[in-house]
Amino acid sequence: MSWKKEELIKKATDAQNTPAKLGEDIDISRFKQEAALLPQVASVSQLSNDIVENAKSVGINPNENNRSGTYFQLDHSVVLACQKKEMEGVEVLSTTQALSQYDWLKDYYWKAAAVDADKYTAMSELHQNAGYFIHAKPGARLTMPIQACLFIGTEGLVQSVHNIIIAEEGSELHVIAGCTTHPGISSGMHIGVSEFYIKKGATVTFTMIHGWAEDVEVRPRTVAIVEEGGTFISNYICFKPVRSIQMYPTAYCVGKDARVRFHSLIYGSKNSIIDTGSRVFLQAEGSRAEMTARVIAADSSKIISRGHVIGEVTETKGHLECRGLLLSNTASIHAIPEIEGKAEGCDLSHEAAVGRIQQAQLCYLMSRGLNEDEATALIVRGFLDPEIPGLPEHLKYEIKRTIEMTSEKVM
Amino acid sequence: MSLLEIQDLHVSIDGKKVLNGLNLTMEKGEVHVIMGPNGSGKSTLTMTILGYPSYNITAGKMTFSGTELNSMPIYERAKLGISIAYQTPPEIRGVKLRDIIRISGNKPLWNPQDEPEENIATPLLKKVGLNPEQFRDRDIGVGFSGGERKRAEIAQVFAAMPRLMILDEPDSGVDIDSLKTIAVDLGEYIKEQNCACLIITHYRHILPYLKPDIAHVMCGGKIMKSGNPFEVFTQIEEKGYCEYLGLCPPGIKEETERGMEI
Repeated sequence: MSWKKEELIKKATDAQNTPAKLGEDIDISRFKQEAALLPQVASVSQLSNDIVENAKSVGINPNENNRSGTYFQLDHSVVLACQKKEMEGVEVLSTTQALSQYDWLKDYYWKAAAVDADKYTAMSELHQNAGYFIHAKPGARLTMPIQACLFIGTEGLVQSVHNIIIAEEGSELHVIAGCTTHPGISSGMHIGVSEFYIKKGATVTFTMIHGWAEDVEVRPRTVAIVEEGGTFISNYICFKPVRSIQMYPTAYCVGKDARVRFHSLIYGSKNSIIDTGSRVFLQAEGSRAEMTARVIAADSSKIISRGHVIGEVTETKGHLECRGLLLSNTASIHAIPEIEGKAEGCDLSHEAAVGRIQQAQLCYLMSRGLNEDEATALIVRGFLDPEIPGLPEHLKYEIKRTIEMTSEKVM
Repeated sequence: MSLLEIQDLHVSIDGKKVLNGLNLTMEKGEVHVIMGPNGSGKSTLTMTILGYPSYNITAGKMTFSGTELNSMPIYERAKLGISIAYQTPPEIRGVKLRDIIRISGNKPLWNPQDEPEENIATPLLKKVGLNPEQFRDRDIGVGFSGGERKRAEIAQVFAAMPRLMILDEPDSGVDIDSLKTIAVDLGEYIKEQNCACLIITHYRHILPYLKPDIAHVMCGGKIMKSGNPFEVFTQIEEKGYCEYLGLCPPGIKEETERGMEI
């Protein structure tokens, strides 16, 4: 890997003190960088019970039923990376392994995301701890998802991964990515660079479930490139309290009729500061973007829900929608939708609404026999009803159950 | 002991007096009609019976089968057997019609693992003429037509098996055919269950099916006159509220009457 590696390292080194444009500036040096090397396992179910339980709460199936493959990273150790034998159309490796194995991967590595975007991308290059590489071969149709778990098991650790997902022409790939911590830890930091390459006519659905501990800082950096007729559907779910999350995943529709959909369900509680959004550049005719967010702010949480769609050429269409529900006087929701048309024939729109639970809705449910708490819970769960678009039925049902499980514990 | 007994009820909303010494007694299985011009206090009466918190009882007493209602929370009154079909129910996104019907019947939310084929809301939806396949999984009120909204409300009332049902303008915004099916269902239910029924309405169309025992005419926050429902309707249609209630001399049409919406 002598290819331009020096150049990347130089860029990263120069950027290692560059704060991100958004979000509180985190002093990465206050987190531990070293973690013990852990042994590999043959199945998630062989990990300790408390690890398995938390992984389950972010959508990971310990027995790998209904999965095409599994990636499990504990701290910096890749304890499991495999696809099922019969799944010939897909390969799951650690990014480190994949880079050493495939010379062609250098054409993708840091091609969508910029290594010098900020100190977090720089950190991910300078102190990279694996991450997953998922490759769907041309024409492969994987209806069962690949599951990937990024797990922090050491108090105060910074985990920085680089994920690369490539869906070759005409392939279909579903990924569930669950990120969480060991029940015994409270603080840590997660930096995750993810690059998605969705080739001509390919479809990728990516469902990311975050379930962090209360003092964890999270800075994902995601960029997707969608080619002609390709579809990228990204679902983000975060229901548990966290110290802070700042991310602004961005997709580029570079080919004709490319489609992107971002959907997020966020329940902010305690002192969480969550600044998320999604941005789509419509750069080819016929490309479309739809971005929806449902956010609830409880306790003293602060949520910023952003969205930005840029129509750069004619015959493009984009819609942003954010609905926010405030459950407390000390919580806040700030919706910032932006639409930017740069060519005649772009059709862009947005709608945003922030409010509280209406008294009329509460009384209505109470007059059917629910007490106030039960009525509130029903409205809140209904608001976050995971009608997740684009997923196969069984996966939809499974994620719904995961969400219900988490929401019962949290709300 | 009467089913519902309201004595000298005074109610204010945001400090404004709306009910002024209302008296009403209903026995088990009786069907009462409440009429009156807009602003006469009909809706306030129903909301106060249900226990909506912004309706402050400043004087008087309400009992249901001898239990005092005045300070009882809304949901306990529901459990006691009071159920309403709202005139305009709110929309609640994400809360399914099947689940609110189940809640009304004091049943848990639908869980397909315990109950592969939903069997509580489904027959009730059929009964009120809503196709269960289409309506079971719909969000409450979202995208419903006027008639569908009324039927969905009545399905919830049926699920509750109440001792007192309140129908708040069950006939507004509903076409004649839908109205007839709704009324037939309601009439049968009232008769079979010997359920008391308080109907707020401006129209007589529904009455032959529900066979009311008595009609009350409200004005100024109290019941001014009561009588045989069909006679009361005929007189009001002929004279208007103002003259019927003796508030103005014959032949003069006044403010109160314009609100009748007929």
